[in-house]
Amino acid sequence: MSTAPQTARATGTGPATGATTRSIVTGSSQPGRRSSGGRREQLVTWAFLAPFMIAFILFLVWPIIHGIYLSFTDQSLTGTGGGFVGIANYAEALSDPTMWRSMGNTLWFTVLSTVPLVLIALLMAVLVDRGIPGQWLWRLSFFMPFLLASTVISQIWVWIFNPQIGAANAILANFGIEPIAWLQNADTNMYAIVIATVWWTIGFNFLLYLAALQNIPAQQYEAASLDGAGPWRQLWSITIPQLGPATVLIVMLQVLASLKLFDQAYQMLGGVSSDTTRSIVQYMYEAGFVGYRFGFSAAISYIFFALIVIIGVAQATVVSRRRNLR
Amino acid sequence: MTATATRSVTVPVTKEKAHPRKPGDRPFGPLRIAAFLVLLLMAIGWLLPFLWAVATAFKTENDAASGAPTWIGESGPTAEAFTAILSQGNVWLWAWNSLATSIAITAITLAISALAAYAFSRLDFKGRKWLFAIVIAGIVVPPQALIIPLFYQMLAFNLVDTYWGLILPQVVVPAMVFILKQFFDGVPIELEDAARVDGAGRFRIFWSIVLPLSRPILAAVAIFVFIGAWNNFLWPFLVINDTTLMTLPVGLQTVISAYGVQYAQVMAQAVLAALPLIAVFLVFQKQIVKGVATTGFGGQ
Repeated sequence: MSTAPQTARATGTGPATGATTRSIVTGSSQPGRRSSGGRREQLVTWAFLAPFMIAFILFLVWPIIHGIYLSFTDQSLTGTGGGFVGIANYAEALSDPTMWRSMGNTLWFTVLSTVPLVLIALLMAVLVDRGIPGQWLWRLSFFMPFLLASTVISQIWVWIFNPQIGAANAILANFGIEPIAWLQNADTNMYAIVIATVWWTIGFNFLLYLAALQNIPAQQYEAASLDGAGPWRQLWSITIPQLGPATVLIVMLQVLASLKLFDQAYQMLGGVSSDTTRSIVQYMYEAGFVGYRFGFSAAISYIFFALIVIIGVAQATVVSRRRNLR
Repeated sequence: MTATATRSVTVPVTKEKAHPRKPGDRPFGPLRIAAFLVLLLMAIGWLLPFLWAVATAFKTENDAASGAPTWIGESGPTAEAFTAILSQGNVWLWAWNSLATSIAITAITLAISALAAYAFSRLDFKGRKWLFAIVIAGIVVPPQALIIPLFYQMLAFNLVDTYWGLILPQVVVPAMVFILKQFFDGVPIELEDAARVDGAGRFRIFWSIVLPLSRPILAAVAIFVFIGAWNNFLWPFLVINDTTLMTLPVGLQTVISAYGVQYAQVMAQAVLAALPLIAVFLVFQKQIVKGVATTGFGGQ
C-alpha cells in the first residue's frame, strides 16, 4: 500500500473519518477512499511506530545529545556547577595518565580474553559437533555459566581465588606452587579476571560456533569421506575454512563485548580500584558516581564511545577489504 | 555486514537431528575416544567451579573457612547457610523485584519492538528507510556510555529509586527491532493480503496472523531480553539505592561486605540466585540455543 500523494492527503482531512472506516471494512471502492485510506494508513503506521520511537528518542537519542552537552560543562552529580567549560574536560581526560592506563587495561583485557574465548569455544564446538554422546551435558556445562549474573560469578571466583583457603591455590599446591594472592596482587589480578571471564562467557561463542557448524552441508563431509578423507583432513579442508565468516563475526562481537569490561572486574575486586584492572568504563563510573564529576565522566564516556566505534569500523573495513580481494 | 550474517546463519539452525556422526568417523575409533576424553575434561573444568560453590554452600561456616579441599565438610552436609540467608528477608524481596522488573522489561521491549518491526517490514511510509537506518545505528551505542546522561534524566524525571527508573531505560533494544523485522520480512505476504480482502485492519492482521506465526522468534527474543534484564548489574546498581527496591544481583553484591568471611552464606546466595536461570535453561534449552544463534549474530 503506497502513501497517497500530498494533495490527495490534504483533501482527505475533512470529516470523512467515519465513512473511511466503513469503506475499508466493506471493501467498497468509493471515490476518495484511497486518499482518506492513505491518511488512515498513516495514522496506523504511527500507532505502530510511536511506542518504540518515543522510547528510542527519550532513552537513547536524547541521552546521546545531552551527554555531549554535559561533556562540555562542569556539571556535578550534586547539582552544582553546570557552567560551560569548552573542551576542558576532553583536554583533561586526554592528558590524564589514569585515563590512558584505563584505556590500556581495557585493550589488554580485550586481547587476553578474546584469544581463549574464540579458540576454546571453537575447540568445544568442533568436538561437540562430531556427535559425541552426551550432547545435553556438554551444552549445559559450557553454556550454563553464561546465564549467571555477574554478581554470582564474581562471588564464586573470589572464593576460588581466596589466597588462604581458595581452591585455586589448593590445586596449585599439589604441583608445589606457592600460594598466590590472585586478586590482591597487582601482577595477577588481571589474569584472575580473565580466567573468570573466559569461564563465564565462553558458552555464547560456543553456541554461535555450533550453529555455524550445523550450517555446513552434510554432503560435503560425505563427498570428502567417499574420496577417502579422514576426520583430520575433513577438519582442515572443510570445517575450518567453512567457519571463516562465523569466526570473523565471533571475534568482532567478542572484541566489542570485552571492551565494555566493568561488572566482573569491579565486583571481583570488591569495588576496590586497582591500577592494573581499572577499565575505561570503570574510570567513567568512578569519575561520575564516586568523584561526582558528571561533566568529566561524560567526556570519558565519549572517548569510550569513540574507541568502540573506531575499533568496530576498523574491523568492518578489514573484513570487507579481505572480501573484495577474493 | 551484520545483516548478511544474520540472514545466512539464523534459518537452518532449526534442523532436527543436528548432530549426526560425521561420515568416516568410526563409532569407537581412537580419535573419537580422544575427542570424548577432551570434552569430558573440559566439561569437568567448566562444572567444577559451580559444583564447588554448591558444595561450600552445604558446609558449616567453620568447615568452609577451614579451606579443606573436601566436597563434604567434617560436620556433614547442612542447609544452615541457606536457612540463614532466606530468613534474612531481603533475598525474597530482591528476587521479587528482579522478577517483576525483568518481566516488565521483557513485555515492554517485546511489544514496542514487534510493533515497530512490523511497521518497518510491512507499512509504507515516508522516510521509512532512513528512520530504520537510524534505529539500526542505535545497535552500536554501548549502553555503558549513556549512564551519565541517563542518570541525569532519571533525576530530572524523579525516577531515581523507582521501578520505572529501573525499567524504562532498558526497554530500548534496537537489535531486537532488527531481528524481528528480519523475521517479519520472511512471513508470506499473501496471508496478509487474503485477510485484507476479508476486511481485517492492520492491527487485526498483526495480532492474529503475524504474531502467531512468529512465536518461535518472539520466544527467543523474550528469553534473551529476560536473561539480560535479570542479570543486568550496572544500571540497577546506579539507579537504585533503596535496599527494598534492589534487584537480586545488586542486593547480593551489597551484603558481601556485611557478611565478612561467611563463605558458606555467600555461596548459598550465589547458588540461590543461579537456580532460577538454570531452571529456565533446562526448560527452554532448545529455544535458548536457537536464540543465541539468532540474537547473537543480530548484534548481541
